[in-house]
Amino acid sequence: MSIHITTPLDNETIKKLKIGDEVFISGTIYTARDAAHKKLVDLLNDNEALPFDPKGAVIFYVGPSPAQPGQAIGAAGPTTSYRMDPFVEDLLQVGIKGMIGKGSRSADVVTGLKNHCAVYFGATGGAAALLSKTIKKAEIIAFEELGPEAVRKLEVENMPLIVINDCTGKDLYIEGRKKWADQ
Amino acid sequence: MRKISVENLTKVIRDMAIEASTIANPDLIDAIENAKSKEQSEVGKAVLNQLLENIEIARNEKTPICQDTGFTVIYMDVGQEVQFVGGDVNDAINNGVAKGYVEGFLRKSIVENPITDPKNTGNNTPAIIHTHIVPGDKVKITMLPKGGGSENMSRLKMMKPADGVEGIRDFVIETVSQAGGNPCPPTVIGVAIGGTFDYVAHLAKKAVTRKFGERNPNPKLAELEVEWLAAINKLGIGPAGLGGNTTSLDLFIEEFPRHIATFPVAVNIQCHAARVKTKTI
Repeated sequence: MSIHITTPLDNETIKKLKIGDEVFISGTIYTARDAAHKKLVDLLNDNEALPFDPKGAVIFYVGPSPAQPGQAIGAAGPTTSYRMDPFVEDLLQVGIKGMIGKGSRSADVVTGLKNHCAVYFGATGGAAALLSKTIKKAEIIAFEELGPEAVRKLEVENMPLIVINDCTGKDLYIEGRKKWADQ
Repeated sequence: MRKISVENLTKVIRDMAIEASTIANPDLIDAIENAKSKEQSEVGKAVLNQLLENIEIARNEKTPICQDTGFTVIYMDVGQEVQFVGGDVNDAINNGVAKGYVEGFLRKSIVENPITDPKNTGNNTPAIIHTHIVPGDKVKITMLPKGGGSENMSRLKMMKPADGVEGIRDFVIETVSQAGGNPCPPTVIGVAIGGTFDYVAHLAKKAVTRKFGERNPNPKLAELEVEWLAAINKLGIGPAGLGGNTTSLDLFIEEFPRHIATFPVAVNIQCHAARVKTKTI
């Protein structure tokens, strides 16, 4: 099924999403990957505010390449998600509702998505030039010293995604592989 | 002696870095097209189409194919009748990498002092440089910008001689199976057997610089390449890990003499953004 959604995400929207659904997302999303996740969770542990409102927010695991003159952003495809797994529960607890990356998540993350009614989307890894066309604006809002790992606020229009883990605990990687093994 | 100025080397490396990250080789495009014609999963086909479209956009807009423009690995076969003049060769190579990554708007992904004082070096240096002295008066440069996601799924094992071919096969397939959708399938698999702990990894990585479809000249190894690739493509992982019959585009095996007590095996995984450029000066 093909579904258009806009951020911030609410429970009603998330409950309609099922694994394998093709989703086009629009609105504001935030970038964070390895080093930024550590810093975000450090802020939460120190009872400090995050650099963006986490309620209903979607995080895109990406470290883009620099924009050329006239571009909003350079190439921007997902990085492998499992490295962010240890930070997910803390972020779900403050209201993060969606994550965009590639590759499978830990059992703890899948359970967390179920408990907090949240969703994990896959973007096609390596399709970075194509995905960047859906990013209309990009602005660094925190941790500029991290270079490609800085937290950016992105405005996206119809970024093509697929639901990998929905809020019922299902996993598209497992189901997809089962279907095609030995064929 | 044939003199080559290091200034020229810097320029060649700069241009290669930009070209490698933005322009896909025709053999990669053919390999994806070929996979698409055989892929039976509709989602898998759609992903392969996205990859072809992505390659097209990258070329037209001089944008990197993938935002991870890699750790710059450089293999140099240096003719023994060549003399580099005008400065330090290693500095010249790193200057070329720095210029390419800064002027070409490529991502800088290298962090220095990983545990003592982590900091992005800001220009993607240092490169990993392998020089090999060969007969002649030419320098053959092969550049492989190696992404981190697929590198993380690579493995090395010091096996026992008794494990034999079957043991290696199982290790290779288990490595690809465990990697699942993480290394951006359809991948390219470099396998090396023999040498030492360090050398086997070097050979496995160098194997992924081969052209698609280029079989090992040893017919027995060529047969294993085809057989293991077919077994991998039955895992069901598929393009982007979403299920399908294209998990890897090709598999290359290299063999090297081993010590009587050892049986080292390395599997280097390369994502579908297989960016390899070669130039002879």
